[in-house]
Amino acid sequence: MLAAAFLLVPGRPMRNGVTHRSWSARLVVLIPYVWLALFFLAPFVIVLKISLSQTALAQPPYLPVLDLAAGWEGLKDFAAQLSLDAYALIWSDDLYLISCLKSLQVAAVSTVILLVIGYPLAYGMARAPRSMQPVLLMLVVLPFWTSFLIRVYAWINILQRDGLLNDTLMALRIVDAPVTWLASDTAIYIGVVYSYLPFMVLPLYAVLEKMDPTLLEAAADLGCSRWRAFWLITVPLSLPGIAAGALLCFIPVMGEFVIPDLLGGSDTPMIGKTLWTEFFSNRDWPVASAIAVALLGVLLVPIVLYERLQQRTLEGGRP
Amino acid sequence: MRRGPTPFNVVSVALGLAFLYLPIVILVIYSFNASRLVTVWGGWSLHWYRELLRDEAMLQAAWQSLRIGALSATAATVLGTLAAVALVRHGRFRGRTLFSGMVYAPLVMPEVITGVALLLLFVALGVDRGFWTVTLAHTTLTMCFVTVIVQSRLVGFDRSLEEAAMDLGCPPLKTFLTVTLPLIAPAIAAGWMLAFSLSLDDLVLASFTTGPGATTLPIRIYSEVRLGVKPEINAICTVIIAVVALGTVAASLMSKRGALKRARAEGLGTQV
Repeated sequence: MLAAAFLLVPGRPMRNGVTHRSWSARLVVLIPYVWLALFFLAPFVIVLKISLSQTALAQPPYLPVLDLAAGWEGLKDFAAQLSLDAYALIWSDDLYLISCLKSLQVAAVSTVILLVIGYPLAYGMARAPRSMQPVLLMLVVLPFWTSFLIRVYAWINILQRDGLLNDTLMALRIVDAPVTWLASDTAIYIGVVYSYLPFMVLPLYAVLEKMDPTLLEAAADLGCSRWRAFWLITVPLSLPGIAAGALLCFIPVMGEFVIPDLLGGSDTPMIGKTLWTEFFSNRDWPVASAIAVALLGVLLVPIVLYERLQQRTLEGGRP
Repeated sequence: MRRGPTPFNVVSVALGLAFLYLPIVILVIYSFNASRLVTVWGGWSLHWYRELLRDEAMLQAAWQSLRIGALSATAATVLGTLAAVALVRHGRFRGRTLFSGMVYAPLVMPEVITGVALLLLFVALGVDRGFWTVTLAHTTLTMCFVTVIVQSRLVGFDRSLEEAAMDLGCPPLKTFLTVTLPLIAPAIAAGWMLAFSLSLDDLVLASFTTGPGATTLPIRIYSEVRLGVKPEINAICTVIIAVVALGTVAASLMSKRGALKRARAEGLGTQV
């Protein structure tokens, strides 16, 4: 069933206007709406506000604090004290730009690796006998249900200096001395690809499984080579799956914190880790908020694309 | 797609699954290692599980996580199901675009952003952080996953049964409770399971929104892991993996039974 959710199954078109707007029908919309507005939307407004504040040695550690009791005057005071200092800081210090670029690089490269590994896997699953497909699907989904943290930890076991990977490589005489895997970009890529593979495979499998095999047969009958048919037919038809998988991986990896923190080195932090450090170690809330706003700005286009895709596939066309 | 699998297909599936499972299998095996050194095999032993049972702080954190998980998953299931019904059954309503945007965005939103945002909200509201703030944060994140699961079930759903009930004079609320709800029950159950396991798993949101005295299991594991690999961590991870694997298999068996029942019910529907 989880699979079904990420499979982005195109549904039947919704029927519109079949509504009977009773009070209970209104509540169905209103309750989750208010909840999300309060706990998802409102916090972003606050982030925006605090990114325009200044750091202060106070509790909470920023100024100005909105004083609603002072009424209109308080609001004017408050507006006058807002500043772009935090943005000026993250703009002038290269650290932030570099860690943002680093995140972009990791997200882009691992999305490509995920596609290269995930596509043959999804393709193979779609070609498997019908009776085996639910089992294969569950096998791919199962690791997704086990803790993210555990899966990253599992790789520390393997990648550490006297870990299994080095033992194996040395036993096979591929290397003579242990290689340092941990605290490197390689380790980050391994961790990301490992953790996000199900997100790539499931949408790909969903489109490939629905593909009409007679198209490929027709191509073969007309003398098209299998390789050419793959590029001319299979790949274009699976584009929605490719897009969904790529976005499901790219967006969260950009802000990833756990993987770079546990597997990566300390030289160039990814943006998620920079934000974390600003917040918890430096206690600079305005700068942390400004980073969050900037990251959101970078991700705006991919997120909107992803939302469009979700709406189209889950709601069966534009309502 | 039909036609049999080629050797290439078989190999890519086998390699893919090996990649997914090998690290987990290694982790589980090493949790039974008698040796204190994680990397040296010292024979099979349950030593680290006994240690685990003596680790008060870890058990406390596990209990905390289970409570937060159960509570937030239940709230998320109710809210998420309502949101799914709203999206699928209510056609156009004012602010629909914003609503669906708010439902889908948390699925991909980097957790550090959501975490900072929620923490700042709680600070602005002057709420004491701890058990309840983590529960609220998890409810908000996981309800969106529930919505997507229930929504995909509702979209591919035969409406004639509901229409029949209403034609026969059943009021909408009663129709929902007696016809719709039983039919989407497997999706709701799967949604709860996913919400529960996501909450049990979450480190980033919990770190931002927690306060003194509300250390969850991932926060505890994380602080141990930062100090290095310990066999005891392998043991706790193995326990979690076992619980989740059993839960998932049970849920999929349940939903298979549900699917059979559904198929029968919908067969009936087409006859009507």
